[in-house]
Amino acid sequence: MNSPRMDMDKDAGNRREYWAALLELSAQEVFALMLSDQLEISREPFPATGLDVTSMVGLAGSLCGLLTLRCGTQTATLMAKKMLGVDGAAASSQMEDAVGEVCNMVAGNFKNKISGIGDGCKLSVPTVITGSNYSLCTLADDYTVDIYVHFHNDPVIISLQLNV
Amino acid sequence: MDNITVLIVDDSSVMRKIVERSLRQAGIELAQVFEAGNGLEALAVLSERKVSLVLCDINMPAMDGLEFVKQLSAVENAKGVPVVMITTEGSEGHVVQALSAGARGYIRKPFTADQVKEHILPVLTGKL
Repeated sequence: MNSPRMDMDKDAGNRREYWAALLELSAQEVFALMLSDQLEISREPFPATGLDVTSMVGLAGSLCGLLTLRCGTQTATLMAKKMLGVDGAAASSQMEDAVGEVCNMVAGNFKNKISGIGDGCKLSVPTVITGSNYSLCTLADDYTVDIYVHFHNDPVIISLQLNV
Repeated sequence: MDNITVLIVDDSSVMRKIVERSLRQAGIELAQVFEAGNGLEALAVLSERKVSLVLCDINMPAMDGLEFVKQLSAVENAKGVPVVMITTEGSEGHVVQALSAGARGYIRKPFTADQVKEHILPVLTGKL
């Protein structure tokens, strides 16, 4: 799936909208190609209650920040099931790996859509946290773009925090 | 295309399985599949095994894919074995770096089985 690349030099006021749109597109492509499934974009924000699997990928260099993907355990297991074509315990045991890789691909797909960014921006390997009793603090807090989506009617929040 | 022995290098075991499945969906008959979680493990596998093809991620702990490709020429078993990168690092700079280091192809994640076929078959048939 090809998509138009967009310039970084958009007005700051428009940038959030562009980046939210790019993030939505990046996530939709990953789910379509790697999970053979669809994400439903929600225009209404929802709380992160029950989203106890968090995957994080850091961006460093010309684009500096953190991409996080939060979902419930059941949703994470479903992602593993879709990616691997397995059920039950086999999917459950791979859910962290699956969610980490989905987050990694969304981050990579996102940065590859921004012209002039790709070469100077490196991704970290993914980190996955399970549980919800934690506080996440990043120094990349100039800018936050949150997208709210549903995967098989289950909530997923994808957030991009950036220093720009 | 049959009897291919492949080494899949990725720190995600889920992704290694997806790559293997994509190869099969592309009509490539795999005689044997070896897996490694990073470049160091891949070099260890190749010191003992001969393979027809290596598919390798870039961002991995211990040794990344670019460093792995650079060190591959020192492994006797791996001389002439084509390496195709499969990675989220999709910028032109990364592609140039990988090809300069010795990779024969480059596939960006996310990918389809058709894209795998399109990039891998020319490599296996010696057209790339």
